[in-house]
Amino acid sequence: MSAAKWTTDMPIVSLRDVHKSYGAYEVLKGISMDIMMGEVICIIGPSGSGKSTLIRCINALNDIQSGSIKVEGQEVNDPKLDKLALRKKVGMVFQQYNLFPHKTALQNVMMAPIKVLKQPRDEVKKRARMLLKKVRLEGKENAYPGELSGGQQQRVAIARSLAMNPQVMLFDEVTAALDPETVKEVLTTIKDLAADGMTCILVTHEMAFAREVANTIYFTDRGVIVEHGPPDTFFANARDPRTREFLSQIL
Amino acid sequence: MENTRTPWKSYLAMTQTDLPVMKPFQLAPAKPVGEVCLDILSQRRFCLCLLAVLLAWISVDAAIAQSSGGSRPSALETILRWTPLIFFGPSGEVGGFLLNILVSFMAMAIGTFLGLWLGIGQISLIGPVRKASWLVTQIFRNSPWLVLLFFFMLLLPYEVEILGKRYEVPGWAKATFALSLPVMANVSEIVRGAIASLPTGQWESAESLAFSRRQTIWSIILPQCVKRMLPPWMNWYCILTMSTPLISILGVNDSMALTQNVMAAEDRSEILIPLYLWLMSWFFLYSYPIAVLTRRLERRFAVKQ
Repeated sequence: MSAAKWTTDMPIVSLRDVHKSYGAYEVLKGISMDIMMGEVICIIGPSGSGKSTLIRCINALNDIQSGSIKVEGQEVNDPKLDKLALRKKVGMVFQQYNLFPHKTALQNVMMAPIKVLKQPRDEVKKRARMLLKKVRLEGKENAYPGELSGGQQQRVAIARSLAMNPQVMLFDEVTAALDPETVKEVLTTIKDLAADGMTCILVTHEMAFAREVANTIYFTDRGVIVEHGPPDTFFANARDPRTREFLSQIL
Repeated sequence: MENTRTPWKSYLAMTQTDLPVMKPFQLAPAKPVGEVCLDILSQRRFCLCLLAVLLAWISVDAAIAQSSGGSRPSALETILRWTPLIFFGPSGEVGGFLLNILVSFMAMAIGTFLGLWLGIGQISLIGPVRKASWLVTQIFRNSPWLVLLFFFMLLLPYEVEILGKRYEVPGWAKATFALSLPVMANVSEIVRGAIASLPTGQWESAESLAFSRRQTIWSIILPQCVKRMLPPWMNWYCILTMSTPLISILGVNDSMALTQNVMAAEDRSEILIPLYLWLMSWFFLYSYPIAVLTRRLERRFAVKQ
């Protein structure tokens, strides 16, 4: 019902006072944020501050204890939620790529549209080839994940996620497991994606990249958003002492 | 303590570490199965085993032939005369060593089919299904096979009525079903273990691509499990084949029962050892290549994962 009311001038992803605990340990202590369509959001912060948990909650990989998460106006924190419908809208890329090792790069990209969206095979194949070209992996269609480098695997994972035509893409520290020289190729892919107008929510440690690509930077620490703002003001004049301390350590 | 160490021990202490160590390893190129079988047969160890069995038998036979003074056919002749019966069974009947193989095939097929579902049941999100699958698995995994055999021989009907016609249920069919149950339970554990051994990232990425749980299991999880399941599965096939002579106790005319019949008919104690050695060698010849192949697959997959 609420999904019908959603219009593009409203936030595509909206979090209100989200609380999440693992047992007695509270990871998220009241997170609120609004993300508009086409925006690129970078979430930064020390490890253990709940960044990954936060974005995993957005596509219901983790459930939350209280609060509200809305994607296109649809409430995620709802026991009757159609998780599959939500995940068709929200793509996710993981730190460990998680490609299906028994399928080739092309098959990895084709699988979900064919099996989940029941789209015709020929059409999907054409699109999958196009997507692999877009992530600069032309000629690697028939390679198995084990035959690809980390950076190449991660780009296949991005193409695989894009094949579902998601409205929002979540990137969970996608370059953290990569060699320094392959980080760039993955970041370039994400940059292209952002330039095309894809709504992206990234958890990242790549500060220079965040500064260049993000519309808004969120800094989280110990389960709360300490401060947020456009990258220029955020990096130049952080107000909160915790942010300043973090930035001084990392920059 | 430190200086009482023997040299090899101190060497071990030097080389052993808790940290992951990369050791030099070169993966052997994959060979076709036929070639692997030939390899196995040409293995010196394998041939030595066979030779030992044959030598033992012939020497026993020679000793007996000497003692009997040539008045009766030698043990070798006697055994060869009965071999077709023990191998193929009485004419017009399913029996003999072929029945052992048939029972092993069928029990494995039934057990694998049921075990696959039971194993998937063990990871079900529905509590009662999961618990029931676990219970069934544990019961049949921890029961003696012979007890199961007796139990099902007595429990299953002697004949069934289908469309007004009465059909006798052959003993070997009941025995096959009984043997398939422990196989089922062990396959169930193999399936559960293989699924649990996959990284959780596979489930998560499938989930985030909107795969349903059923789709995830059948098109992403299980295909990756086949490799991991194959060696233990083959191992259980060997164990099952070795256990098929148990069915002779229940009056099924398998190779074991026929061998006992031959012993009774011949009433010659000197063929006892060679005859059973002869029978053993068939099981050995059948199972040993499978065992070696299993070990090879295990080694190969262990490196690749």
